Amino acid sequence: MFRLEKRPQPSQFWTLLTPIIAVVATMIAGGLLFALLGKAPIEAIRTIFWDPLFSEFAWYYRPQILIKAAPLILIGIGLSLGFRAGVWNIGAEGQFILGAIFGAGAGLAFYPADYWFIFPLMVIAGAFGGMLWALIPALLKTRFGTNEILVSLMLVYVAEHILSSVSFGLLKNPEGHGFPGSRNLQQYEAASNAEIIAGTGIHWGVIAALLAVIAAYVLLNRHIIGYQIRLTGQAPRAARFAGVRPNLLIIFCMGLSGALAGVAGMFEVAGPMGQISVDFNQGLGFTAIIVAFLGRLHPVGILFAGMLLALTSVGGDIAQSNLGLPAASIKAFQGMLLFFILASDVLSNFRVRIGTAETA
Amino acid sequence: MDLSTINPVVLIATLMVAATPILLAATGELVAEKSGVLNLGVEGMMITGAICGFAVAVETGSPFFGFIAAAIGGALLSLIFGVLTQILLANQVATGLALTLFGLGLSALLGQSYAGIKPPSTFKLDMPLISDIPVLGPILFNHDLMVYVSIGLVALVWAALKYSRIGLVVRAVGENHEAAHALGYKVVRIRLLAIMFGGACAGLGGAYLSLIRVPQWTEGMTAGAGWIALAIVVFGSWKPWRVLLGAYLFGGVTGLQLNLQVAGADIPVEYLSMAPYLITIIVLVIMSADKSRAALSAPASLGKVFHATS
Amino acid sequence: MTQTAPILLTVDGLTKAYPGVVANSDVSFTIAEGEVHALLGENGAGKSTLVKMIYGLVRPDSGSMTLRGAPYEPSEPRAARADGVAMVFQHFSLFDALNVAENIALGMENPPPQSQLAARIRDVSETYGLPLDPAAIVGNLSAGERQRVEIIRCLLQDPKLLIMDEPTSVLTPQEVEILFETLRKLSAEGTAILYISHKLEEIRNLCDSATVLRLGKVVGTCNPREKTATELAEMMVGQILHVPVRAPRDVGDVVLEVKNLSAESPNAFGTSLKNVSFTVRAGEVLGICGVAGNGQDELLAALSGEVRADAGAVLVNGTPVGALGPNERRHLAILAAPEERLGHAAAPDMSLTENALLTGAIREKLTNHGFLKWPAIRAFAEKVIEEFDVRTPGAGNAARSLSGGNLQKFVVGREVLQRPDVLVVNQPTWGVDASAAAAIRQSLLDLTAEGAAVIVISQDLDELMEISDSFAALNEGRLTEPRPALGLTINEIGLMMGGAHGMEVAHV
Repeated sequence: MFRLEKRPQPSQFWTLLTPIIAVVATMIAGGLLFALLGKAPIEAIRTIFWDPLFSEFAWYYRPQILIKAAPLILIGIGLSLGFRAGVWNIGAEGQFILGAIFGAGAGLAFYPADYWFIFPLMVIAGAFGGMLWALIPALLKTRFGTNEILVSLMLVYVAEHILSSVSFGLLKNPEGHGFPGSRNLQQYEAASNAEIIAGTGIHWGVIAALLAVIAAYVLLNRHIIGYQIRLTGQAPRAARFAGVRPNLLIIFCMGLSGALAGVAGMFEVAGPMGQISVDFNQGLGFTAIIVAFLGRLHPVGILFAGMLLALTSVGGDIAQSNLGLPAASIKAFQGMLLFFILASDVLSNFRVRIGTAETA
Repeated sequence: MDLSTINPVVLIATLMVAATPILLAATGELVAEKSGVLNLGVEGMMITGAICGFAVAVETGSPFFGFIAAAIGGALLSLIFGVLTQILLANQVATGLALTLFGLGLSALLGQSYAGIKPPSTFKLDMPLISDIPVLGPILFNHDLMVYVSIGLVALVWAALKYSRIGLVVRAVGENHEAAHALGYKVVRIRLLAIMFGGACAGLGGAYLSLIRVPQWTEGMTAGAGWIALAIVVFGSWKPWRVLLGAYLFGGVTGLQLNLQVAGADIPVEYLSMAPYLITIIVLVIMSADKSRAALSAPASLGKVFHATS
Repeated sequence: MTQTAPILLTVDGLTKAYPGVVANSDVSFTIAEGEVHALLGENGAGKSTLVKMIYGLVRPDSGSMTLRGAPYEPSEPRAARADGVAMVFQHFSLFDALNVAENIALGMENPPPQSQLAARIRDVSETYGLPLDPAAIVGNLSAGERQRVEIIRCLLQDPKLLIMDEPTSVLTPQEVEILFETLRKLSAEGTAILYISHKLEEIRNLCDSATVLRLGKVVGTCNPREKTATELAEMMVGQILHVPVRAPRDVGDVVLEVKNLSAESPNAFGTSLKNVSFTVRAGEVLGICGVAGNGQDELLAALSGEVRADAGAVLVNGTPVGALGPNERRHLAILAAPEERLGHAAAPDMSLTENALLTGAIREKLTNHGFLKWPAIRAFAEKVIEEFDVRTPGAGNAARSLSGGNLQKFVVGREVLQRPDVLVVNQPTWGVDASAAAAIRQSLLDLTAEGAAVIVISQDLDELMEISDSFAALNEGRLTEPRPALGLTINEIGLMMGGAHGMEVAHV
């Protein structure tokens, strides 16, 4: 038997090391899973983690990683602020969808005009849409004490139905020959989130993600609001004593994470995806939860975690086409990663002692 | 639109069927929460149960074995949650989410070769005379066995929590784990068992979807049923019979919404389909608005990490 | 008590070490049947660990015990209870949302059905003068009644040894008398009692013999009735105590005025404040006593600004502040130090530097347009550490790594150094060793010498008698009229604290 002894303070060493342990453990467990599916485990792991970066087609995959990482990082940063404060917004998927609808809608309203302000307006509209969707659970929580986890999640399903409604109705492409889905924004220059430097994958969403990382870092480490966020998560009673207004903080965290998810949705729909369609959202809002935790809710950590998850997604696609690995297996793989990071967390807060079990 | 196509008797009978998966999952989650554990992985456990039950029923040709396998599958998955939160002291909210994400991926993986197959049909309760009674017959005596099992389960959980020693201990652990520990109760062991009971029930609920309600296997087929089950536990203020009421109300909304679609209501399909989720939100708001009552009926240690010190 | 009674429990050489501390080192003593045996020692002397070993909650590293001649090694509390050892905890192991009968059933091995149990509860409670309704929800009971639940739970099992951990800390003096009557009756019936306390008069009043612990070791055994309180104190502390010096006071104008303050408790089982009124003058200490759970937390919250009330309910130098939040009140030099150190006064996982920012941001000007001035924050934390002799390797250490006493010094120091006009402290020396407690009290007195108004909320009557100028008591959210502290008797204080609460059984 082993027992756990609480450390006097969290270990810096283990805090940095545990994500690496989790990734290695996931590779091993994932390899076993792939072996059970009858795939060569080492080859599968190599395809997922190595090929996107260093294979002969890496020139194509590397930009893909940036493109996939940007929304994950943007959403993950927003979620991490709330998670740190004990505000559990898990409906980022819905806020992502609403941001995309608002953003695309703002752009398409001007079609085919060509004003400079269309794209900035779409960014603002995207942020507004996401924020609006996130403020519903926030206000219900502060006004009535309703559980924000359940409400924000229910709103994901509502958002999906709205998405399907606008794909078939409001935003449907009039020249789309009856197919559902909006006009393609990539072909509408004033509203397109195109690559800034060709061939790098860097679009405005990538820039926004980097800015979000820096801003979140400054907020958490150098500003009183960041301090209040951390304090509220660790000791809510002490936070009230320190003058934090919990309701304002809930609205701030939810609103901000919703706005970031909304912006991410807008960049996605105006760029890589190109159009509003029934299932353009690929569960990024949920994957971003994994990103936030894998990054230890730390801005820089989230930057790396977002890249890693993007890597496994791109690698998963390669493995799917080259090795016939089922698409779902990469989802299970990512879920496993989250288990391992949560399980290894124990090492930074506790010492593990091997020996006879203490009865108390 | 032709409302006359909506037959109230059939509606009540269908609402019981629509409610059963959620009722099973919510009853299991109620026990876990009564012991002080908030497992947000219900959705993941349900869908894992759905595919385990479906696969085993197809392979063995027996829905009975399917349900057994679903319960085992759900319980095993919940054990991951149990080990992480109770032994490795991981955050319950995050771990529950992880369980849902993992369960969705795992079930899609397991279910690849089962899409589009019809499962063996499940025995219906056959009571020739009484099931022919008008109105009462179709409502009370013309269901598959699992509908009765789910009601029986609610009764069992209610009686166990209220009258039995083990029920008292479960409530005590959920109310104040420090005190329960001081009295010598094995907090972690009791919670692990409660979590596994919750997992098994969620698995049964999932299998009910894939084997009886739909009946078919499709990826992500639970479509939020697990989350609605969580909401119904709150709605029922942690009381078994109220959970049953909540599940049936919810089943009624779902059934009515489907009936309205069939009847060709003027409301677009998307808005009808989002009704169950919106109504769940409204119900949550109504329940939580009464703050003092919500605070009194929720188990006091719900979601808190227990680490025995001293 | 007869000295010839057979030996019930022998404790021989018990040792228990935790990382960094030896909680008990080679502890030995014996208890005879029917004996009331005191375990005396300061906070942190190792009393709790010792009784947890006897009750099976903690396993000793070495040493042995015998109960009625047979080896006794309880692996868990259940085993201890089966052998006739029962314990009433200092912090009750009760379940608020369950009723009395359910709570009692949880503490029994083979409880009878609820209906029979209720009858037996009424039986025992009448026999020992501890009235209790089996169907009452425990969360609604007073502290004294909650203790009765624990005691009856133990008595229903016919214990041979009853362990009581600091039982009187939650009782009014009158309730203490009732409890002592019960314990004497039990002792006369042959039940041995192991009585843990640091209150010397109680032990001299009740106990037949005493084992004194200091730093985990037995430093003496005696008959407490033959010793003076001072002798016992010196055995317990091992040094002559420094008593705070009361500077001559010039009581000035009214600084704080509270008028008809009513506030709903934020907790479901909390106590709401009802029409609380008092004034405190510059240079004055108002001591507020009361049994735990009678509105102490709520009063502190209403004064610190965590709970807002009507603007006019709290006036500082004539300015209405009742509706202001904590930081707005800090601007006006109204500061507070809550009772709960970890989680309320300080964030456990944050460093002392970050904890200095928790209340210091406003008055020490530690931010600039919301941006944190880390060097200034660190300097303030280090100042608190130095001036209040907080023992820690450095300001970067987490608050939870400090001992209770050191963290308490930090928490009180952090407020005192911010030059308050009004300071409210709740339980300033709870769990603090005697010399640190004296230092904390002295710092509060020094503050009044500089003209501050200080409110000390405490359950330690000796402490309040030592430093208060005026005295009031909280009882179910109501505050008695403050009276000058000089000349008050313990009996008068008891009546202020409890009124007639629980007095209906005083005849037993």
